[in-house]
Amino acid sequence: MIYREVGDFKTTYRADGQTFPIRFDRWRYYAVLLVAFAVVPFIINDYWLNAVLLPFLIYSIAAIGLNILTGYCGQVSLGTGGFMAVGAYSCYKLMTGFPDLNIMICVLVSGIITALVGMLFGLPSLRIKGFYLAVATLAAQFFLVWMFNKVAWFYNYSASGQINAPERTMFGYKITGAETSAPVTYLFCLVLVVILAIVARNLTRGHLGRSWMAIRDMDIAAEIIGVNPLKAKLTAFGISSFYIGVAGALLFAVYLGAVEVGEVFGIQKSFLVLFMIIIGGLGSIFGSFAGAAFMVLLPVLLKNVLVGTLGWPTDIATHLEFAIVGALIVMFLILEPHGLAQLWRIVKEKLRLWPFPH
Amino acid sequence: MKLKTLTAMTLIAAMGAPFAATPALADLVFPSLSYRTGPYAANGIPFADGYEDYFKLINARDGGIGGEKARVIECETGYNTEKGVECYESTKGEGALVYQPLSTGITYQLIPKSAADGIPLHTMGYGRTSAANGKVFNTVFNYPANYWNGASAVVNHLLDINDGDIKGKTLALVYHNSAYGKEPIRTLEELSKKHGFELTLLPVDHPGQEQKSQWLQIRREKPDYVTMWGWGVMNATAIQEAANIRYPMENFIGVWWSGSENDVRPVGAKANGYKAVNFHGVGDDYPVYDDLKKHVYDAGDATGAGDQHGTVLYNRGMYAAMLAVEAAKKAQEIHDVADITPAMMRDGMEALEITEEKMEELGLPNFGPSFKVSCENHGGPGLVTVNQWDAKADSWEQLGEYSESDMDVIGALIDEDSAAYAKENEVEEACS
Repeated sequence: MIYREVGDFKTTYRADGQTFPIRFDRWRYYAVLLVAFAVVPFIINDYWLNAVLLPFLIYSIAAIGLNILTGYCGQVSLGTGGFMAVGAYSCYKLMTGFPDLNIMICVLVSGIITALVGMLFGLPSLRIKGFYLAVATLAAQFFLVWMFNKVAWFYNYSASGQINAPERTMFGYKITGAETSAPVTYLFCLVLVVILAIVARNLTRGHLGRSWMAIRDMDIAAEIIGVNPLKAKLTAFGISSFYIGVAGALLFAVYLGAVEVGEVFGIQKSFLVLFMIIIGGLGSIFGSFAGAAFMVLLPVLLKNVLVGTLGWPTDIATHLEFAIVGALIVMFLILEPHGLAQLWRIVKEKLRLWPFPH
Repeated sequence: MKLKTLTAMTLIAAMGAPFAATPALADLVFPSLSYRTGPYAANGIPFADGYEDYFKLINARDGGIGGEKARVIECETGYNTEKGVECYESTKGEGALVYQPLSTGITYQLIPKSAADGIPLHTMGYGRTSAANGKVFNTVFNYPANYWNGASAVVNHLLDINDGDIKGKTLALVYHNSAYGKEPIRTLEELSKKHGFELTLLPVDHPGQEQKSQWLQIRREKPDYVTMWGWGVMNATAIQEAANIRYPMENFIGVWWSGSENDVRPVGAKANGYKAVNFHGVGDDYPVYDDLKKHVYDAGDATGAGDQHGTVLYNRGMYAAMLAVEAAKKAQEIHDVADITPAMMRDGMEALEITEEKMEELGLPNFGPSFKVSCENHGGPGLVTVNQWDAKADSWEQLGEYSESDMDVIGALIDEDSAAYAKENEVEEACS
């Protein structure tokens, strides 16, 4: 009734090719942006920010990044944690080395540094694929974590090996450090997320995205029709690592404030982000958001229900939380292997026919 | 259809509601950021039990602190920094008076937050050692002893058993490859220069179950002594590995976080003779346990499984709670109100004085050293003793008295490290 193409006439190619061709979808998208930009900053508090929204936004960026590589280009990577660490440590070195540098520039340059590192570790992807590539990226993960632990220059020779984000401002507002206000850090991350998501969406629709997908679907065929695998794979590694690096920099500088590489950027982080895109849906920007929301929000929700509302002991609640999240992951993989994004697609298909499906 | 929408809406409301924090009640809130799950649970459980049981005792026996009931909110961190942040944010709105995260990683994260929110942080025997300099770290306390005292105590013990000369001896440090494990390195390096012993560093990665190569190196190089900065599952693994290579246990000395029953018991008789430094008493031979039994255990109110009473870490948790309660009392005395705020709690902690008479009064005679906190010194005196495990008696034995650590070396390091923090974060040194 409300969700259909009928009567929504497109008169230009541009209008026809837009991201949300259905009017209702477009309005819903604008409404989400409006709520995110104009409503949430006024009602946000420290708890919502630090327990729910910041991790959600930051992991969304990481999930989009990994989705570009794994979902769109078909290159499995287990090095996400290591690449996030590159972003975090570059950001730290930039923040402490150039105290006057704008934090936004720090974050973006960290992304670029991570992109270069990612391309370096992406080189083996030209010769190996599948499980073997996963193992090669796993080596990147362990090597990077080991390096940030071992080489004291990366943590400015501090006694503990921890890196701490000093206070940095943008337009006079504190973005990092302890005395930030919730709306400011939220908006800072939100702006980055929205821009990066729009860029990713358009990249995947364009020439580059098509060449990635061609490589993913069948690399030999892609090569025969003229897709350069070197360019496609390395750009996928580079752009994906840029996103992951930005996410790592934000995770360190804005969200946590202090980071220790082995604990925060260990192999679990690589798996966490991988689960996000598998549950959310491979090859879908919306899926990255859905997966990040699922993996970030569900444990918090379960904890609040089990401990806060039902008053259960914390250890039982935590163990149960593991069991429930694990069971849900398995259930999803069996019932809907294409992830939450596919569920959303089905809902949209149904909505088009609703309320007269015959 | 209407019914469906209604159900959907209720479902959404039910899912959204738990995110909202419950309103604060008028009592003294002591959050317990504990971990009863994960690779560090074996050590996290006894501490959390002891911490909570002491508050239960205070509520049941004394009717609270100065008439105000103490309320402990437990939040599971799993020793994970991201969960620690979530726990901090979710409990801070309830009027939390003091945080004791029992994790060096979480401590590092909370230091700037605690300064911004004005909520004190008590990191007893862990955390950032240079927080002992209260001029820089206004809201952070780590009395009565810190890592560097521990490192120095280990070296002092070696000096004791070698008649004051350890020149040319070798010492290997097996440490958790994290901020926690790296803390003692600087001190040990300074001390190795001073006393002329050789130091080998052997990092063990989280969670610490994989230590074969480190112990192979120890077997090959045969250091005269081994010291350990381990936690959780890493401790028992290391002691087991030491037993496997037949390393003489009396030459193996852990820090206080590597010296609980849960670390040595799994190794059995072979752990006999293992040593660990400590800054408080062990066992349950204290009058406070009679009160705990009467008011808490027998009332069926013991926290957790109730099987940790008298263990090292249970005692430490209880000690942490006791110091928090005493600081709260002090704060009530200074500000003359019963319902104190975190800022008042901070003042109370800074003015805290623990004497032997007070310890006796609390039912803990000879349990810990007497000390006095001041603005300049948030770290206490750093008096440390050495315990040795007796596998046959299944108990720790205290060797010698509480003794001073090398404050010449440690004091200089504290000044240096806190000055670096002050510079990096633009904190001005001040004593109010």
